Amino acid sequence: MSVSEDSILKFTRGHRLQHDRVRDVWLIQAPEKAFIADPIAAAILQLVDGARPLSVLIDTLAETYQAPRETIAGDVQTLLTSLIEQKVLSA
Amino acid sequence: MSFAPPPMSLLAELTHRCPLACPYCSNPLALDRRAAEMETADWLRVLDEAASLGVLQVHFSGGEPMARHDLPELVRHASKLNLYTNLITSGVLINDVTLEALDTAGLDHIQLSFQDVDEAGAERIGGLRGAQEKKLNAARLIKARGIPLTLNFVVHRENVARVPEMLDLAHELGAGRVEIAHTQYYGWGLKNRDLLMPSAAQLEASTEAVVKARARFGNSLAIDYVTPDYHADQPKPCMGGWGQRFVNITPSGKVLPCHAAETIPNVVFPSVTTESLGAIWQDSPLFNLFRGTDWMPEPCRSCSLKEVDWGGCRCQALALTGDASATDPVCARSNQHALVMEAATAGHDGEFLYRRFRAI
Ligand code: SF4
Ligand code: SF4
Repeated sequence: MSVSEDSILKFTRGHRLQHDRVRDVWLIQAPEKAFIADPIAAAILQLVDGARPLSVLIDTLAETYQAPRETIAGDVQTLLTSLIEQKVLSA
Repeated sequence: MSFAPPPMSLLAELTHRCPLACPYCSNPLALDRRAAEMETADWLRVLDEAASLGVLQVHFSGGEPMARHDLPELVRHASKLNLYTNLITSGVLINDVTLEALDTAGLDHIQLSFQDVDEAGAERIGGLRGAQEKKLNAARLIKARGIPLTLNFVVHRENVARVPEMLDLAHELGAGRVEIAHTQYYGWGLKNRDLLMPSAAQLEASTEAVVKARARFGNSLAIDYVTPDYHADQPKPCMGGWGQRFVNITPSGKVLPCHAAETIPNVVFPSVTTESLGAIWQDSPLFNLFRGTDWMPEPCRSCSLKEVDWGGCRCQALALTGDASATDPVCARSNQHALVMEAATAGHDGEFLYRRFRAI
């Protein structure tokens, strides 16, 4: 499965990305648990805003990290597909 | 004393009042009365302290937390502090009006408990006529508002045969998650242990029902399954380790490392009415009593699993062996493991002792 680059992603209700000031990590808050988002996941998820399509997210990341677009697109697809399956995000 | 990492979760037991009377309730036998409950202002301050300490999620619980009229105010305050707000409720006080107030206050999630799928079975446990209909209605109202919902079923020998139907009901009601939790024997549950204890065959059947439902429902229903301790030979890491992740505050403001900790003898129970939550978490004798591994006796001390299960549950060790610092007798390496094996197969005579305020 892969997510169309036209998709506009958002966090489903009950899930959100949050910066934890005390521990200085990014977290995904979920029903009755919280997961730590590693720095790459956090960089991707900070762009998930329910407004911009996936293609723009990938462009932005490729630009920020000066990395080939395909590489970024691959990482982004892997992460987002799994979060959509777990219903953390919806397309 | 070493620095303890901050807690992740706060269980805020706002009140011990509850319209139900479940004989497995984890509340202590000596329930706090209304007059002993903290004021709204106390809880608001506790939430501030919890957020700055590093708490991420607040579970509003009880008793029945909706018995407190200031619940929406507390939820709103916690949300503003960016705490994840969870309501643990029996659902019998949910209607359009009360739910709307919580929804607009920013409530993130609701855990709604059911005593059974069978109405007579549910009333036998909860003791409240008509509760099942109210709960079903509550689930529908919650779904209609789109608030994320987890259904919770505590299972025991009287209802465990209906685990398949419980899972179906959760799916049918559109809950994203369901928790099938075998009874844990603390508080009232311990008093009623013999009547609640499932047989090994019942346990096996319920585990199988969960496995099947996971395959059938896939990602459309997340299933959390809590197995019972007594048929096991390794204990659970109670609360993720004493004073490591979790903090519990009672209606009157006592701060505990787990909800059963009030049974521990010879220690002062710190209170948020006189000290800050941060100071209690870091420095109180209670929180340091069983923190880490230094307190451990053998066989835990030289066991390779000591940082996996942290020697099991202190309150269970106390309840069963009389010594809170003993190895949890659920562990097969404990020289008192026979206590658990005997209890797992004891007789099942007698009547439930229902959870009620005692006459004084
Ligand atoms: S377990 Fe039953 S009696 Fe105890 S608080 Fe929950 S609903 Fe009330
Ligand atoms: S001996 Fe102690 S640490 Fe080892 S498994 Fe048993 S309870 Fe856990």
